[in-house]
Amino acid sequence: MARTSSRDRMKNEINAGSMADIAFLLLIFFLVTTTIDIDKGITVKLPPWSDEAPEITRLATRNVFSVLVNAQDQLLVRGELAKIEELRERAKEFIVNPQKREDLAERPTKAIISLKNDRGTSYKRYVEVYNELKAAYNELWDEECQRMYGIPYDEDLPLAYRRAIKEKIPFVLSEAEPTAFGEEN
Amino acid sequence: MGHFVKKRGKSSPAISTASLPDIIFMLLFFFMVVTVLREGERKVRVVVPQATELQKLEQKSLVNHIWIGRPIEKYQSVYGTKPRIQLGDKFANEFDIPLFLEQHKIKIPEAQRPAITTSLKVDGDVTMGIVSDVKTSLRKAGQLKLNYSARPRQDKI
Repeated sequence: MARTSSRDRMKNEINAGSMADIAFLLLIFFLVTTTIDIDKGITVKLPPWSDEAPEITRLATRNVFSVLVNAQDQLLVRGELAKIEELRERAKEFIVNPQKREDLAERPTKAIISLKNDRGTSYKRYVEVYNELKAAYNELWDEECQRMYGIPYDEDLPLAYRRAIKEKIPFVLSEAEPTAFGEEN
Repeated sequence: MGHFVKKRGKSSPAISTASLPDIIFMLLFFFMVVTVLREGERKVRVVVPQATELQKLEQKSLVNHIWIGRPIEKYQSVYGTKPRIQLGDKFANEFDIPLFLEQHKIKIPEAQRPAITTSLKVDGDVTMGIVSDVKTSLRKAGQLKLNYSARPRQDKI
């Protein structure tokens, strides 16, 4: 009798009912530990380093949009104090120059934005300023893209389209060596 | 009419839960694959600033990270409160960057090396001095693709 009953038990399968619970436990562990942090940021391209002093090129003042950020995080745009809220619009106006003004860029291809900061400028401020300048270009590219192809500009656009747009409105941002003001201790 | 009656009669068998473990396991494997266990500890405090013009960093293997921020409390007695650079899991200064870049570079096939991007994770309250030093060092090392890591911000400022 005992033998048959043990054989009966052999026939039984392992109870898989708790498998789901175990899997749930593991699942919850991984759910909690997972941090899907998407790495995002402002992409920039640095100029290559050269030991020789750069050639001094004379640029017409009208083609240069100079932005200075000092150690107190104040902005000086083309020689006058400015607020960050107006930076984007001013940069856009400077680049396209819709009214063909004498003191703004001749053509978008000739426009140069020059950014200079102190060593004491906070990084937050720097990123804000850089973001606004980049935003100005992004908005211009978007407008140009709408005009040329009737679709909004984004990074998934075919390379040829993006090249054509960037040829019309190239992103030229030159960064000067920072001045040594306000270095923290 | 007859059909309806039949169906009502058949409603007794419960839904089989036999496939539940399989479904859960599928989810489990998904999360196991997605999970990246953070390697090394963070020794500097970094809260990246907010921005709107963000671009996603593609291909994680082609990205190396440089952290800049003030040492967390545990290390302040040794390293002080001045902003410091963290490379991998060690404190470093800007002269260690070329070696750090090289060590990352040799792990990557030669064809992909031009696409290597450096992600700068810098605390918003750090001043530009140390960031400029790092940038100069990166330029000297020939690492020109850079990404200022930032959090998304919806509204315009």
